[in-house]
Amino acid sequence: MVFIGVRAAPMVALTAFSVGVTLAMQAAHSLESLGAQMYIPDLVMLTLLREMGPVLIAVIVIGRSGSAVAAELGTMKVSEEIEALEVMAIDPVQFLVVPRFLAMMIMLPALTIFGNYIGILGGWAVCVFALDFNTAGYVLEALQSAEPWDLYSGMIKSVVFAWIVITIACNAGLTVEGGAEGVGQATTTSVVQALLAMLVTNAVLTGIFFFAG
Amino acid sequence: MNASDKPMLEVNGLVRKFGDRAVLNDISFNVHRGDTLVIMGGSGCGKSTLLRHLIGSMKPTSGTVKLFGEELTAMRERELIPIRLRFGMLFQSGALLASLTVGENVALPLLQHTDKSDDEIEEIVEQKLQMVGLTGFEDLRPDEISGGMKKRVGLARALALDPELLFSDEPTSGLDPIMTAVIDELTLKLTRGKGMTAVVVSHDMTSAFRIATRMIMLGHGGIVAQGTPDEIRASSNPEVQQFIKGEPDGPIPLNLSQDEHEHHQHVKPRPLHRARHRFHRKTG
Repeated sequence: MVFIGVRAAPMVALTAFSVGVTLAMQAAHSLESLGAQMYIPDLVMLTLLREMGPVLIAVIVIGRSGSAVAAELGTMKVSEEIEALEVMAIDPVQFLVVPRFLAMMIMLPALTIFGNYIGILGGWAVCVFALDFNTAGYVLEALQSAEPWDLYSGMIKSVVFAWIVITIACNAGLTVEGGAEGVGQATTTSVVQALLAMLVTNAVLTGIFFFAG
Repeated sequence: MNASDKPMLEVNGLVRKFGDRAVLNDISFNVHRGDTLVIMGGSGCGKSTLLRHLIGSMKPTSGTVKLFGEELTAMRERELIPIRLRFGMLFQSGALLASLTVGENVALPLLQHTDKSDDEIEEIVEQKLQMVGLTGFEDLRPDEISGGMKKRVGLARALALDPELLFSDEPTSGLDPIMTAVIDELTLKLTRGKGMTAVVVSHDMTSAFRIATRMIMLGHGGIVAQGTPDEIRASSNPEVQQFIKGEPDGPIPLNLSQDEHEHHQHVKPRPLHRARHRFHRKTG
């Protein structure tokens, strides 16, 4: 839990901040031509809450924690540790997978919320220091644009992503065969599969929210 | 027939195939309470595979394994639990959990399967570690101790629940002669002294003859010879004689051909030039 969540926070913060800054600048550029610069906060806020927040934080967690879980479980598999647990009548799923599953289900959404805040802070930095916004204006405009559902839809995504990431990582780890090379392959596989599954699911979920909402 | 006459472990017509190749072919033997059975045989003859069938972690292609009078082969994971609590298993590498300390590793079965208080568990852990000559190592992590020590911690862990039956995979390989004698002494104390039954896979002949009450020699996937240590020593079978004396020349072939070889190598061999190519690519 500490590994998946707390130690990932600095990286999440940096990424989210950069994204927030980038979004604001891109928005400034595009919206300027329409004379709609006042909508920059809206764009930053909605993009972060609905899409960029959940997806980017999931990417970080896949690269950092998903791969680590796959490698750790894979190493345990090849060094007979999993078998030893079974022989001691300890269910490896309960002993190893359940805690990691719970940690991921809690920490990925938590990180996403945290990342959203930092991203909005990034947008604020651009608006206030480079454009003609004041803090109150930015915050008001941003809050006005977003509805609770925007946050919830992002959170739903984040929970689904957590489930995908940890399931793929644990499965890849526990099915490792063939020593150190196998562990390496499983780790790579878990990252690639988790990324693809996450992005496709994101598209599907956005579709569902778009047409249902 | 009373309970003590009934074999603790009965293996009947055990066959295990990997693909078309029978690694174990028609193995049958019994182990009675209080026996110490040593399973010998050259590297790659299927000793470890046989052991995995005895503990229920591999299922045979055909044949039966009965442990404590119960048929293992048809059991599901959940049904195996009560049986697994009655035996201990020492893995070849120790198989300690790398994320736990030595003490926590030994305590694990006690924490999971008993209601003992922390103090009691601590006491048992200390006592088991003392038995294997590792007093004061509780707080080290497995990567901070040597291979031989890991194995001894593995033994302490296998004994944590005071099992009726102990399986060990090469308990003395990688240990120095003195430690080997200590472990043998411990095995003798537990078996002859406390009536524990042991099934030991070993190719350390000195140790094997010191602890065994019965011996089995495996070869070509089947049983080459079985009997008491004296019978084995007196065996007229030239393969047995070659093996127990450790002679390079004799009926046991030095090199196994590809399809006689153990299942671990069921991956196709790569021609050398391809291996070299891979090596260069990886090291840049």
